[in-house]
Amino acid sequence: MTLTQQIITVAMVVLGTAVTRFLPFLVFPAGKPTPKYIQYLGKVLPSAVFGLLVIYSLKDVSVLAGSHGVPEMLSILLVIVLHVWKRQMLLSIAGGTVCYMLLVQTVF
Amino acid sequence: MQSKSKMLKKAFVTAFPYTIPIFAGFWFLGLTYGIYMNVSGFSFWYPMLMSVTIFAGSIEFVTVNMLLGAFDPLQAFTMTLMINARHLFYGISMLDKYRGTGWKKFYLIFGMCDESFSINYTADIPEDVDRGWFMFFVTLLNHFYWFFGATLGGIFGSLIHFSTEGLEFVMTAMFVVIFLEQWLKERNHTSSLLGLGISLLCLAVFGADDFIIPAMLAILAVLTLMRRPLQRGGEIQ
Repeated sequence: MTLTQQIITVAMVVLGTAVTRFLPFLVFPAGKPTPKYIQYLGKVLPSAVFGLLVIYSLKDVSVLAGSHGVPEMLSILLVIVLHVWKRQMLLSIAGGTVCYMLLVQTVF
Repeated sequence: MQSKSKMLKKAFVTAFPYTIPIFAGFWFLGLTYGIYMNVSGFSFWYPMLMSVTIFAGSIEFVTVNMLLGAFDPLQAFTMTLMINARHLFYGISMLDKYRGTGWKKFYLIFGMCDESFSINYTADIPEDVDRGWFMFFVTLLNHFYWFFGATLGGIFGSLIHFSTEGLEFVMTAMFVVIFLEQWLKERNHTSSLLGLGISLLCLAVFGADDFIIPAMLAILAVLTLMRRPLQRGGEIQ
């Protein structure tokens, strides 16, 4: 690929990404009332999307091979326990991550 | 002028702690991305400029393969739309929250990656902190962390030896916490459970590389079908 072709390729990716981010705001501009259905989606979608993101971040974990997702399960459990107990975002995240690192580096 | 700089400082100081986990995650993932580009034979200019202009993690890794393959701009565009389609859901969710943020709105939308969206949607921003600037700084800091990691990885490349195995879990831990925060706030868990369940099901059926679009369509379909019961329950106005 020539430099020009590379620039065009990257530009297409930039454009594609921008389209996915700007489209809802262009279709439903702030000045006009947003349709009730879209307002409803705006309220119910986030919870589902956060669920999707959790699964997305775990998509490459294999339950059938390697450590069978055990370090992930244990660390997520710790995150949940820490968070429900203390409700300190940074503590829950740090605790879970350190636990995971220890597990994959020393146990599994 | 004095009060403006005070207001900016306050927004920054409030926003920064929320981005610390992302600092850890992006520094690491950005580094990985930069190293990947480096060992694929690209100069550090590539990860540096791509991290700033694209600013969407997974597609940037995919772009490396595109650059190594045959020139196909249309495929590059459609592939990007597919991989980043989840941003459409973020946009629909942020229509109200980004309203009234002035010129910052353009940048807020441009920098709406998974992490910026998650934080800006769930954060409890104190009354006396400017919402627009808070979200602006969250986005800007995340953008900077990603740029910083990617550039560093691109420069030092294969020189860096990893003893940080498992650090990438910081992103999973953060998404779990954000999911939990939302769970603890909401009265009705239908949507949360649907999001987890449908995504898991689609992952099992379609595999890691192809499950996002089917999962999004299924979530959209089920939530649309459940509109009446969910609204009648009164939990969602």
